[in-house]
Amino acid sequence: MTATTVSNSGSANEPLSIDAVSKGAFDFDMRAALTSGLILALSLVFIALCGIPEGLNERLLIKPVLSLGYLSLLWLPLLFGWLSGNETVLEGMVATKKGARDIVRGLFVGLIGGLGLSLLTVLMDAFDLRDPLVNWSPATEEVLQFSRSIGFGVIAWPVLGAILGAFGAALHVMPEKIRKAVMAGLGTVLSFAIFATFIVDVADFLDDLLYARRGGLKWGWAIALFVIGAGASFLGGGRKISEMKSSYQAATGPAKRQQTTTLILLSLAALIIIPLITGKITQELFANIGIFLLLALGLNIVVGLAGILDLGYVAFFAVGGYTTAVLTSPNRGPDFEGFPTLPWWGALLVTIIIAGLVGLFIGAPVIRMRGDYLAIVTLGFGEIIRLLFLSDWLNGWFNGAQGITNVPPADFGFFSVKGTDPRSVFYLVLFFAAISIYVSWRLERSRLGRAWMAIREDESVAEAMGINTVNMKLMAFVVGAVLASFSGAIFAAKVGSIFPTSFLILVSVIILVVVIVGGMGNIMGIIVGSVVLIGVLGGPKQPGLLAEFSEYKLLIYGALLVVMMLKRPEGLVPNARRSRELHQDEFLQDAWLKGEVDTDDDMVDPSTGGEGTVAPA
Amino acid sequence: MSLLEIKDLSVTFGGLHALKDLNFHVEEGEIVGVIGPNGAGKTTFFNMISGMVTPTSGEILFEGESMIGLDPNQVTQRGISRTFQNVRLFANMTILENVMVAQHCRTNKGVWGSLFNTAAFRQEEKEIREHGEKVLGFFGTRLIGYRLEQPASVLSYANRRRLEIARAMATKPRLLLLDEPVAGMNPMESAELTDLIGKLRSEWGFTIVMIEHDMDVVRDVSDRVVVLDHGETLAQGSFDEVSSNPEVIEAYLGRPLEKRK
Repeated sequence: MTATTVSNSGSANEPLSIDAVSKGAFDFDMRAALTSGLILALSLVFIALCGIPEGLNERLLIKPVLSLGYLSLLWLPLLFGWLSGNETVLEGMVATKKGARDIVRGLFVGLIGGLGLSLLTVLMDAFDLRDPLVNWSPATEEVLQFSRSIGFGVIAWPVLGAILGAFGAALHVMPEKIRKAVMAGLGTVLSFAIFATFIVDVADFLDDLLYARRGGLKWGWAIALFVIGAGASFLGGGRKISEMKSSYQAATGPAKRQQTTTLILLSLAALIIIPLITGKITQELFANIGIFLLLALGLNIVVGLAGILDLGYVAFFAVGGYTTAVLTSPNRGPDFEGFPTLPWWGALLVTIIIAGLVGLFIGAPVIRMRGDYLAIVTLGFGEIIRLLFLSDWLNGWFNGAQGITNVPPADFGFFSVKGTDPRSVFYLVLFFAAISIYVSWRLERSRLGRAWMAIREDESVAEAMGINTVNMKLMAFVVGAVLASFSGAIFAAKVGSIFPTSFLILVSVIILVVVIVGGMGNIMGIIVGSVVLIGVLGGPKQPGLLAEFSEYKLLIYGALLVVMMLKRPEGLVPNARRSRELHQDEFLQDAWLKGEVDTDDDMVDPSTGGEGTVAPA
Repeated sequence: MSLLEIKDLSVTFGGLHALKDLNFHVEEGEIVGVIGPNGAGKTTFFNMISGMVTPTSGEILFEGESMIGLDPNQVTQRGISRTFQNVRLFANMTILENVMVAQHCRTNKGVWGSLFNTAAFRQEEKEIREHGEKVLGFFGTRLIGYRLEQPASVLSYANRRRLEIARAMATKPRLLLLDEPVAGMNPMESAELTDLIGKLRSEWGFTIVMIEHDMDVVRDVSDRVVVLDHGETLAQGSFDEVSSNPEVIEAYLGRPLEKRK
């Protein structure tokens, strides 16, 4: 629903066939290109000074030519080159023909970016600023000089930048089919190179075939993979998928329900089968994604449905983990002496009740506040709970900083869930995730879900319409707490020991980012968010696919959040309602073009009628 | 016994008397118009009845029971529902959902019903939906059909006002408080809505208190008119009595110049 789509649907009604005009190769906005080049240069210098290229230089992607360290710099000129060619074409405006002009502009942007790194190379040689900037080191300098000479580095960066910038921009110029093929090829090579550990874990016969002994794709195979990816896309692999997708979206009524059921059953079957054939790394990854998915689903009910911004959600995760640990482990605090230890599932029942009670207890004072105040208070409660577990006062129960160790595996007779067997953890998580998804899905479509929605829209009106807002918000809080406690209980059995440091405020933040980036209020979005963020980047302490980046994880989380808020605030898979809210102007424009907006009924007073149709709510 | 009886009601915000010793009553089946210049305290009066503002002193009796200290949702539960002067719909919810959610306090299925999709839950959802459609159907075809699934934000201004009335109706009230129901409508539309307000009483059996600035509407539909000025009752009676009352004219139009001396 951007301005571009508006213009498209508009031109369908009344053909505005203004031919795209071509312009001269240098006829572009020099100032804008310069700005974007300087931003590129700054970003590159920033990444270099973060130490990412140097730190990841050992990790080879394609045997002799490319390491992850260099890739962390080189993708940016490509992206900026592509972005420089993006133009928003509004209704009635003349589009510019893509051509040499775009390539020259991309080249220019990339060149300036590369010059930024050249400057850094020279400065690094001339001055020693290691004191404030820890990565102002000979090692970084070596990387910037391509292990050759300073002159080589100074010349190579602008050249590389210009080539990549031009290539990025050239993607606009290519026919769509070729562009898609190139992208698919590049995507294939890079995913095989970056996710090497994962791919070897899934199919270990590929190890010797594709990868060199000390890491990195063999270059012959890199080319082969590019050809395979590009060829598959060129022959229409991608088109099939998008056709299936659009036919699914177009279906309605029972047909759609049937398709949805099939889809759910298929993905469930896939999720059960995949861990059977993969190695431990993948299973561990799946288990971690699942644990955070459970948390994110719970938080989604609180934030996404009821609109209560809870920044201390980790408290309920902690309560779930600690309650289970205290009830099952023999190594709990001395005050529990003589208290029988329960099996995991017995402890789970108690955990659910305790988590619900804690939800009520924390919720009752918090819930009467609104907006920012509420967020701040929940932040406080999140820390209070962690400090209670850490405190000397409750040392007799929770062992303070020593934590509770020796939490036994969750034993179900026929199979037991323990950390050394991540597959079993994953199956347990899958079971509870299914429950949580079902709960979220049912509640959203019920009387309670509607009431939460109304509270999110306008709390005082909701109250005036007969909704007991305090009770409803408390209920959301308690449901969220119970879902988080599932996750805590599984976490305790998986890790086998529980420490206060597992429940830092950072966990709350990361779960919230998962919910926001994925798409607040949309279950599918939450799933995508967990897979993308926890799976690829990793959780607060858990490694993801990009394990190499774990040092820079928070930096990437932050950057991603900023980009998402600017470009797609509704999340990766948005909730329809939410994107309507965030893009109301475009939505109304679309509806107007489709003729769905009231033009104020029968008798329109032309002087006021038109105004009324787009008056903001 | 009056349906609603208000005795010596006052509210002060700081030193300002928004309402002062107000006495007011509505009989079952009446339509009462409340008029008065801007800032006279009309909306505060509504806010007080609906529980959004707590009076400083005085008593509000609805069906003989005190309403002081009740939360807005409890007031709605008792059977008083309202609309807002500046239309406040749930803009991103669909038109049907807007009237469905308003039946919250008349229904009771909770977590268990929705989780296990029980027969009672499905029955209740069906009833909520049917009642919602019935309420929307009161406004002809404007709010039903393909509109049911559209977000409230696409509606025209007049239709938003209609939807707000429908939402208030959906709470199954006995007393309906309408805050400027025809504001912003053109003469044709307000004439039509005036008819509908009459029907709200004759067909649905609601008792209505209405704040309105459009004197044609007030004249056509009100049994009785109450004039507020500076938080006090200036006059009450039939429209003709009130409209010829010199004090009322003075409050609206100001004093003739020579008297001011």
